[in-house]
Amino acid sequence: MARTEVSIRIGGAAGDGVASTGEILGKTLSRSGQHVYAYNSYQSVIRGGHVWFQIRGGKDPVLYVGQHADILLALDKRTIEVHAPAMGKGGVIIFDPTKVKAEEGEVPAGVRLCPMPLYELAKEFSSNPIMANTVALGAAMQFIQAPVAKFKEVLEDQFGHKKADVVDANLKAAEAGIKYAKEKWGPLDFALPYSDKKRIFVTGNQAVAIGAMAAGCTFYSFYPMTPATSIGQYFADNGPAMGVVVKQCEDEISVINMAIGASYGGVRAACGTSGGGFALMVEALGMAAMLETPLVVALSQRTGPSTGLPTKTEQGDLNMVMGAGQGDYPRIVLAARTVTEAYESTVRAFHLADKWQTPVLILVDTLLSEHFETNEEFPMETVVIDRGQLIKHGGGDELHGQEFLRYKLTQSGVSPRIVPGIEGGNHIAGSDEHDEDGTLISDVRAGLPDAIEMRIKQMDKRMKKLDGARHDLRLPERIGPKSANLTLVSWGSTHGAVREAMAMLKKKGIEIASIEFSDIYPLDAKQVGDLLRGERFTLMIEANYTGQLERLIRAETGWFPNDTLHKYDGEPFWPEEIVAKVEALLNSKKVTQ
Amino acid sequence: MMATTPITLKDYKVETSPTWCPGCGDYSVLAGVTKALATMGKHPKDVAVISGIGCSSNLPHFLKAYGVHSLHGRSLPVAQGVKLANPDLTVIATGGDGDGYGIGAGHFVHAMRRNMDITYVVMNNEIYGLTTGQTSPTSLIGHKTKSTPRGNVEQPVNPIGLALMAGATFVARGFSGDAKSLATIVQQGVEHKGFSFIDVQSPCVTYNKLNTYDWFRERVYNLQEKGHDPANFGLAVERAIEWPTTGPEDKVPIGVFYKTHRPTYEEQDPAYAHGNPARRAKLGVSAEQRKALMAGLY
Repeated sequence: MARTEVSIRIGGAAGDGVASTGEILGKTLSRSGQHVYAYNSYQSVIRGGHVWFQIRGGKDPVLYVGQHADILLALDKRTIEVHAPAMGKGGVIIFDPTKVKAEEGEVPAGVRLCPMPLYELAKEFSSNPIMANTVALGAAMQFIQAPVAKFKEVLEDQFGHKKADVVDANLKAAEAGIKYAKEKWGPLDFALPYSDKKRIFVTGNQAVAIGAMAAGCTFYSFYPMTPATSIGQYFADNGPAMGVVVKQCEDEISVINMAIGASYGGVRAACGTSGGGFALMVEALGMAAMLETPLVVALSQRTGPSTGLPTKTEQGDLNMVMGAGQGDYPRIVLAARTVTEAYESTVRAFHLADKWQTPVLILVDTLLSEHFETNEEFPMETVVIDRGQLIKHGGGDELHGQEFLRYKLTQSGVSPRIVPGIEGGNHIAGSDEHDEDGTLISDVRAGLPDAIEMRIKQMDKRMKKLDGARHDLRLPERIGPKSANLTLVSWGSTHGAVREAMAMLKKKGIEIASIEFSDIYPLDAKQVGDLLRGERFTLMIEANYTGQLERLIRAETGWFPNDTLHKYDGEPFWPEEIVAKVEALLNSKKVTQ
Repeated sequence: MMATTPITLKDYKVETSPTWCPGCGDYSVLAGVTKALATMGKHPKDVAVISGIGCSSNLPHFLKAYGVHSLHGRSLPVAQGVKLANPDLTVIATGGDGDGYGIGAGHFVHAMRRNMDITYVVMNNEIYGLTTGQTSPTSLIGHKTKSTPRGNVEQPVNPIGLALMAGATFVARGFSGDAKSLATIVQQGVEHKGFSFIDVQSPCVTYNKLNTYDWFRERVYNLQEKGHDPANFGLAVERAIEWPTTGPEDKVPIGVFYKTHRPTYEEQDPAYAHGNPARRAKLGVSAEQRKALMAGLY
């Protein structure tokens, strides 16, 4: 039976154009009716090393990138050494024998070597050796019979009419590759259902930026740090035309303080970083909560501790996020399982920040931030923007008093907020403990009876927000049979591997359940505890060493899982690893059948 | 208070009294700032005063304005954020020497090269006051403080020199003992379009027994009275290095060292073509904007 799904891997050294070549192929497929998932595996170097871009796509939606490759574009010898073992019968390896030496005996049985004069063929169209990638891309497209017209569309959109010569040269180079491969080997047994249905090809970080814009964010500050940089990059490219002020700052301390200033100034403001940058933001995060100024912080986790593995993935910053800052203050923590959910969580983050006037964190990770997925267009214009208790005009009742009570004690803990420029609302938002009108109670009044009373009231007011916000958060999603023998518990981007593992197990006749967290905190201890305690045997899966969400759930509910699977090698979870663990558990006496 | 009534000093009055020690130099700065704002006819609703942490950073609580009393050293990032959100506001950042030249020194340098239209007033007393008398980034060599009981051995920061090199477009020094010229300098700073930096020698009467009012009175001279040309960068540098230096500390210039014009950050950011971000009538994106964004993802 012809295959309706394909995995294509492009490997080479940094600087070889691996990612851009892969992106063009991914977009070609996503424009021709295929579901695509792609992941760029790279290193913290600009030139050299070894990088690869994997695309998996086809008729059905794909949730993870796959470890297997059907077609390998080897731009160097190392690619064959590293990736040929991931190939099976029917696989092909495209390479240029003048650059890469490869023998039949070096690759698994049934894998075909397809040597091509990539550089020689490319020379006719460009003096840039990168053009050889396009020739190889042509060969790959030939093997899967991808529509060249869609490839042309991608090039035209990428280079525009100003660079018609670049489009033309690439098209001719691809056609040369197609012709060569067709004459020599012909197509492989793929039957991808090509159509004119096109989908966007988008990363988690782009979805965060797009979600922010949809929510009316007009200020984003950042300091470059992998893997969060591309949120800022997307904003820098697209923000100004949408009226978004995008500011790269001198450090992450400035980043978050500027965002807080912008929020106080009246706009929906956000900032983004990775763990190291977030560590510098900690003091100001508490200030946002103390000033009761809405703030959205996107945190893309990478492999820690310290500088760690900058380009690799981990779910290792939840402890830091939960513990960030001196004293107790309300914070809301959201995660996202998919690119679509990264968009949704971001939109919701702005609403929650305005509603509860406190910082909201969006936790993503390298895998979610940087992988591409095909998606339907985000319905940005349908987002309803509610800024919560924000006084937009002067003259209202709240402004007729002697002093504007910015920190008025209320039932919900939220007080009407006002921004500069409105008469009658003058107040100072202070990081010191304060009275209802913002006056300090930290200096000449501290320790006096009225100040002690006000301190307690202001603390209670702020912390009360958690009680309300808890009801705005989504409970974890549970899927699978009610009385499953085994239930996986996971959060965030691990979702893809979990779902694929469940599908693999189902094919083997094993049905398990899954409980997946996207919203993290404040957690509804009663409902979450009841849900988890209702499972027969739980296996908690986290991409970190200590089980950071497990610890949080245990602290909040007293529940803990029957077993755990932790991964901290920097690579995403592979479904096969989950399948192996589940099968081992089911075969052991631990799980009662 | 009607919008048509002229603004006076009374409009900036609040009930909260300053908590500074009697005789503190910061009183003159508060008076200078409010006088400048009132004289310029600025309505308190359009003014945001942003401070860090320290004795002098309590200043925003003592006048009627909007503002943020932020974290130690972070007044400038917060102030820049407020300005970027609503460029129509008059934004003034205030703080002390520890706040601005110590923990916030990084922000100080970058804010000046950015040239946003804000005013930064530093109440410089060469000591950490609120923590009861430790050495500061501007403490003079040999100054015996609680943390340098054998005398400070570190060269003091030269804020004026630093500001000139970092690209501030208005650089001045005031002295709390000369309230009249201080108010004039602050007003010039607020009126200046671009980043205006004013270092104010604001004596700490409790913890700095070296740099007292009398110490300054023996040394200060007014640049403008001596005919200094603030358009001349080279001469500004010459005056800047007169104090603090390693040489004889006998001259402390006050007045405007340098003033020039460069486009402000706000004038150059394309986002403002869409209007003041804080005053947009409608937030979010239209179907057309969504289509344009999505087109880039195919």
